[in-house]
Amino acid sequence: MMGLVLATVMVSSVASLAPCLATIPLFAVNPFTEPVGVVHYLVVGAVLFTAGIACMTLKRNALGILMGIELVLNGANINFVAFASPYLRAEGAPTLGLDGQVVALFVILLAAAEAAVALAITLNFYNNHATVDVDRADDLKG
Amino acid sequence: MTGMLDMDIIDISTLTHVASPFATILAALPALPIAGINWHSVLFLLFAGLACGFAIGVVAADNVVRMALYLVFSLGATAGLFFLAGAEFIGAMQLMIYVGGTLVLLVFGVMLTAQAPLVSIKPSSSDRTLTAVAGASLLSLLLTAAFSVDAWRGPGVGVVPAPSATPLGMALVGVRVDEPPVGTPVGGRVGYMLPFEIVSVHLLVVLVGAAYLARAKRRRTPRPIDALASAMPVEPVATVAPTGRSAGGAKSALVGGGR
Repeated sequence: MMGLVLATVMVSSVASLAPCLATIPLFAVNPFTEPVGVVHYLVVGAVLFTAGIACMTLKRNALGILMGIELVLNGANINFVAFASPYLRAEGAPTLGLDGQVVALFVILLAAAEAAVALAITLNFYNNHATVDVDRADDLKG
Repeated sequence: MTGMLDMDIIDISTLTHVASPFATILAALPALPIAGINWHSVLFLLFAGLACGFAIGVVAADNVVRMALYLVFSLGATAGLFFLAGAEFIGAMQLMIYVGGTLVLLVFGVMLTAQAPLVSIKPSSSDRTLTAVAGASLLSLLLTAAFSVDAWRGPGVGVVPAPSATPLGMALVGVRVDEPPVGTPVGGRVGYMLPFEIVSVHLLVVLVGAAYLARAKRRRTPRPIDALASAMPVEPVATVAPTGRSAGGAKSALVGGGR
């Protein structure tokens, strides 16, 4: 109960900072008292996409690269769902409607298929080279 | 602004009869400025923070097991975001397929390949710096693009979305029962029967292919991993075998034991 009270106090104290935050474009909509918009979802999608790209370029472990691909697909999915939702748009604004959700569903399915095949390839590579370091995968280098 | 999760209409003072220690706390609650808080947005901030934080954690972690764990949390928080956007079926599929299926697959991959030197392969610090700079540039580009459209910025209208599972299922078998969006030409919409079938066959082919790729193979030369295993000083059992096989044959029999 004390935790609940503390959390409430923290939320309300942050909410009282809202006039200062309103100068930042992200917080032009007060995220504590008004419904969020599409751009909030787009920010989350952008962060996930960037994290996925960074993961794909930085990691040397093949499984880490796979996880980066999952993050990228997930960030794109957030954008699809955000543009499909009538909750996040102004009254009567055009949305993707159901089409965005269907595309998001297909992306999830294809991501599962891609993960299965890529993992099989990784296991095969591990069986042949006894490592999952992609820098060692240079058999085809001329 | 009648959001699905607007809970500010609950009169907290009706709950004060529960227990005397809580009564004073509950009586103090209406004094706090929580009446105007949109709990839908607060939940959005919570899930968005979790998703972004754990996604960055995936990048920052070196241990592959921790990366898999952070990825589970990030994908789960994303499912919460889907629920908040009114796409409850997509959120459920995210939890079941991504978190339940893909992550189990990934964790199995991690466990099958988790030799001690491979659990954390550290990238060089110059690579880290380069990736940080490139990631910051990409993020600033994406954010600039996201904020450049005024129609995306404003507060949402707070319309409670209709349940989307039934229209989604009907669209997947070719019948559209959802409300057409503004400006749709009459009779211009088709369902998703053909993409659904293509994805189904695609999944079947992919599963067959994955099973084919990951199967245990019969091979002439020993795998490097088996060579590593047989290089360890194991007392060869087959040297005393009365079959008359040479030591080399016994070694290859040891190597081939994992096929």
